[in-house]
Amino acid sequence: MKLSLKWLHEYVDVNLPVEELARRLIDATAEVESWETIGADWDAEKVTVAEVISVDPHPNADRLRLATVETGSGYQQVVCGAPNIEAGQRVAFGTEGATLIDGHSGKPAVLKLRPIRGVDSAGMVLSEKELGLSDEHEGILVLPGDSPVGAPLGDVLGDTVFDISTSSNRADLLGVLGFAREVATFTRVSLREPSRSFSEPSGPVGDFIDISIEAPDLCRRFTASVIEDVKIGSSPAWMQDRLLKHGMRPLSNVVDITNYVMLETGQPLHAFDYDLVRDQKIVARRAAHGERLTTLDGVDRVLDPEMLVICDGGGPVGIAGIMGGGNSEVSDSTKTVLLEVANFVPGSIRRTSGRLKLRSEASLRFEKGIGPWMAEYAQRRALHLLEQLTGGRIAKGLVDLYPGSAETPAIIVTAERIERVLGIAVPGEEVLRILGDLGFTCDQPASDAFVVTPPPWRPDVEIPDDVIEEIIRIHGYERLPATSLQGGLPEPTPRPLEDLREVLRDLMVGLGYQEIITYSLSDMDSLGRVVPSTDTRRMNPLAVMNPSAAQHTYLRTSLRASLLSAFAGNRRHEETGLRLFEIGVEYLPTEADLPHERPVLAATLGGSREDRWGRATEERLDFFDAKGTAESIFDALGIKASFEPRTEHGLLEGHTALIKVGEETAGVVAQVHPATAGPFDLEEPVFLVELWLEELIAALPERPAYKRLPRYPAVRQDISLVIDESTPAVSVLEIVRSQHSGGIRIMASIFDEYHGAGVPDGKKSLAIALAYQAEDRTLTDSDVARMQQGLLRRLEQVLGATLRGA
Amino acid sequence: MTNSNISFDALGEEASNALTRASSSAEIDAWRAVWLGRQEGRITMLLRSIKDQPAEGRAAFGAGANVLRTTLEEALEVRRKELSQSEISDLTTAGALDVTLPGRPQSVGRLHPVTQTLRDCIRAFTDMGFRVVEGPEVEWAYYNFEAARIPEDHPARDMWDTFWVDTLVNGERSMLLRTHTTPNQIRVLEKSEPPIRVLVPGKCYRHEATDATHEWMLTQIEGLAVDDGIRMSDLKGALYEFAREMFGSDRKVIFHHSYFPFVEPGVEMAIDCFICRGENSTCHTCHGTGWIEILGAGMVHPEIIDNSGYDSSRYTGFAFGLGVERVALLRWGIEDIRHFYANDMRFLRQF
Repeated sequence: MKLSLKWLHEYVDVNLPVEELARRLIDATAEVESWETIGADWDAEKVTVAEVISVDPHPNADRLRLATVETGSGYQQVVCGAPNIEAGQRVAFGTEGATLIDGHSGKPAVLKLRPIRGVDSAGMVLSEKELGLSDEHEGILVLPGDSPVGAPLGDVLGDTVFDISTSSNRADLLGVLGFAREVATFTRVSLREPSRSFSEPSGPVGDFIDISIEAPDLCRRFTASVIEDVKIGSSPAWMQDRLLKHGMRPLSNVVDITNYVMLETGQPLHAFDYDLVRDQKIVARRAAHGERLTTLDGVDRVLDPEMLVICDGGGPVGIAGIMGGGNSEVSDSTKTVLLEVANFVPGSIRRTSGRLKLRSEASLRFEKGIGPWMAEYAQRRALHLLEQLTGGRIAKGLVDLYPGSAETPAIIVTAERIERVLGIAVPGEEVLRILGDLGFTCDQPASDAFVVTPPPWRPDVEIPDDVIEEIIRIHGYERLPATSLQGGLPEPTPRPLEDLREVLRDLMVGLGYQEIITYSLSDMDSLGRVVPSTDTRRMNPLAVMNPSAAQHTYLRTSLRASLLSAFAGNRRHEETGLRLFEIGVEYLPTEADLPHERPVLAATLGGSREDRWGRATEERLDFFDAKGTAESIFDALGIKASFEPRTEHGLLEGHTALIKVGEETAGVVAQVHPATAGPFDLEEPVFLVELWLEELIAALPERPAYKRLPRYPAVRQDISLVIDESTPAVSVLEIVRSQHSGGIRIMASIFDEYHGAGVPDGKKSLAIALAYQAEDRTLTDSDVARMQQGLLRRLEQVLGATLRGA
Repeated sequence: MTNSNISFDALGEEASNALTRASSSAEIDAWRAVWLGRQEGRITMLLRSIKDQPAEGRAAFGAGANVLRTTLEEALEVRRKELSQSEISDLTTAGALDVTLPGRPQSVGRLHPVTQTLRDCIRAFTDMGFRVVEGPEVEWAYYNFEAARIPEDHPARDMWDTFWVDTLVNGERSMLLRTHTTPNQIRVLEKSEPPIRVLVPGKCYRHEATDATHEWMLTQIEGLAVDDGIRMSDLKGALYEFAREMFGSDRKVIFHHSYFPFVEPGVEMAIDCFICRGENSTCHTCHGTGWIEILGAGMVHPEIIDNSGYDSSRYTGFAFGLGVERVALLRWGIEDIRHFYANDMRFLRQF
């Protein structure tokens, strides 16, 4: 909503500087987004009002003329090229040194006078473009005839126009009057309402027109009047000026008056050419199925029975509250005007305008809920202006159909409630003052209660707390102290899954991974690369109906695709190893219910290891970096996990392991299959770690399994075993770790894997560090020898393992 | 070594000279093996030979040998200390490092700036006794809109442009990507009893064009407190605490009138500009106003309290909602919200 400060001045004396006014409006009323000062650059001495006294031909040029102007301090002669200059006009006059917009370059420039075609010019009669008002440069700007000669132009045309965003419940603020009432209230000055008086010299309105409402559920009120003998012409300059500042194009006096009153009161109006209204009859009814109307914007529209139409004897002439039809438009030949000012049910207007994809100044106002009372107010205001400005003769009486007319119920607001909600008491006289100024009727029958009736233009105020908001926003939110919450605290609720998620985030960061957050919406191409076609749940993701871009259509059922994209995106400018992770949810469709939002940690890594100087080396991050990540996490969480080779869609066979915690599968570690990585623009080997939080949580120990520290030293020993190439290393470890006798345990870790010279084909050698430990004694050489013998025997029996070099 | 005429003095001198020549730990160890070694050390052998000495000279020989051993052991210790001193001294001179050389790179990750900001915001409120409750991102339209007093035909819906899920449930399109975390407030109200003090954080989605300050995926934190005796001044107090925690302890807060269908009264909270302190009319952070809009808030609409089964004449509450990305933009002076989900390491590793 635009708001002209000058227009505002017509209803209220604004006693605040512009910035302060804006701040107060923001505090109490609506969000002032910005403002524009018209004429800020006009020097009061150098840009003034002048009167054109005479216009004569230029002696040396056909297209130029010599104008004599009265500047307030005497006659001056100027050279002027504008075709529209005429004697008697009040015009804007600039003298040497005035800062103006250059007509050619469009940039500010200081006026320098020089002779034009041999004739001196004392100044310049200015166009709208030169004044920075518009791009109009064909002719000079003609000022209202009552503009005082010699006055600074800023006094006549200068203004400040605010751009204000109003809230969706305040239809009254879509009119200048609504803001005037706010300003009057918070600056404590009185409001001057616009005149609504007129005479009714013509015959009874009922003789002209027959109006009926056939759909009272959609049309709450319908007022109409008839004005005869209107003289169609231009509206006065002041009205045009205001319309333009508020973003509307002046058309003709009648149409301009309807727009002007709408901008003034917030209530839309519609003028018909009475002679084009068939059968002198207007009906507000639901449209028939498939009924059509060509609206004023020239579009042929198909209607349905959910929509309210305004019809004459021949059919639809307008879509109620949204836009009129072209068939009964006011034109230059209009003699008699039928003025409709009605009130429609807001939801219906919004639905219809949504369905037709047609929004208008009228529909934007109606859908916010205008009080029906405003119809009559605006009708009378428009009749006043029509009488004044078109010379029309108004028929006697208004047609006023108001089927649902009802008293606005009073709201009881207690002092106790005010204090309960706000935390402060507001003095009774302040409550009465604020509400009174805002137009509420307010009585205080007892000191602890107020009986409040909202004004008819404020249907948004319904309950006591709405009234309390009115009080505090004017009283001032700065008067609210900052207090501390009192009272009991709610019971804590355990959130193991979220806690685990945050622990995982910290662990991953500690392990050198950068957290990323990618979009939840993906596309089928990307999902199809990482999800097996046999996974019918993941391959049938939920789609959004109205995606903003094709690649953001489906709720992702895997994090892998967006993670790989992020990896590829960073690869363009990162030369060494990359480690990325995200914790997010997979949206798994569930029949007739919300999807299961399954939390997953997904990480990718790949690229070169860095040398001591941080430069890429030949050595690359590999599968065991990925696996090490998972192992570190399990170690930190105290979860026992095992890894099983597996074939998985999108992952490279022989380089893929499922993570088992107990019986559950809780994730996967793998190299991404090159055929999967390729379409993501990844030529290098890329590795994946995925952990499934819901499965992990089941294995998460409540607390770490604490063991006392050993009191006796362990005996350490390194051995090398030769086993079949195909025997997994883990089976060696399982045997070693399960070997115990006489209170002696063996701890083991692998520290090398070797193929080549000295190891037969089809075999591999594993180097294993052993540590023998007893709880109750220091081990002797013979204890260790006995344990080792037993261990080697079992390894040979079960795995065919032999001691290397033995 | 049975010669009783052996000169302990000469032997001592030879050993001492050799020790002086030993100029590293390894050479000292070698010297020790030669002279005091348990098996073959010359002094060890000397001591071992005491029993072979003629009886008349044995005592004197033994005494001399033992004195020599003690002397050499002491000399060894002294030499060791000297040498270790000199090694340390070498480290500080010839062996001194150019400590301005880069360190050996260690892989380090960082939390996403949105995660960091989310955590910091949450911590500010959990310190005031708020509990965190998370809810679904894909929501029923009922929770997102109707239950929050945003009926279908109300223009307030324009405040939340919506991604609808293209799946019919019972013949109706009723699933959407939540446009705010308010639906989870409603869920909390449905299943808890006052006192309620919760934070409902999470991702939200808005079908709007992206630009430097708008992104279609965003992270919100909403807070809700409902109890007998909760006042709007408590809302101001809680938000004041939060603002000080996040933006500095000298922050000031103000409320502006605003409108959200689920609160009454409704406000926006602004903080004084911590960049220009209101002194720069061209400040990019506050646009010269001196104030920065941070969040929307208000007192929970009594209808929502009543609908949750509590008596709104007794129970009151406040609610607020803030955009985590906006807080992150402000606290780090980031110029474009689209950086957050572009996931460029050059951006992410700065936080």
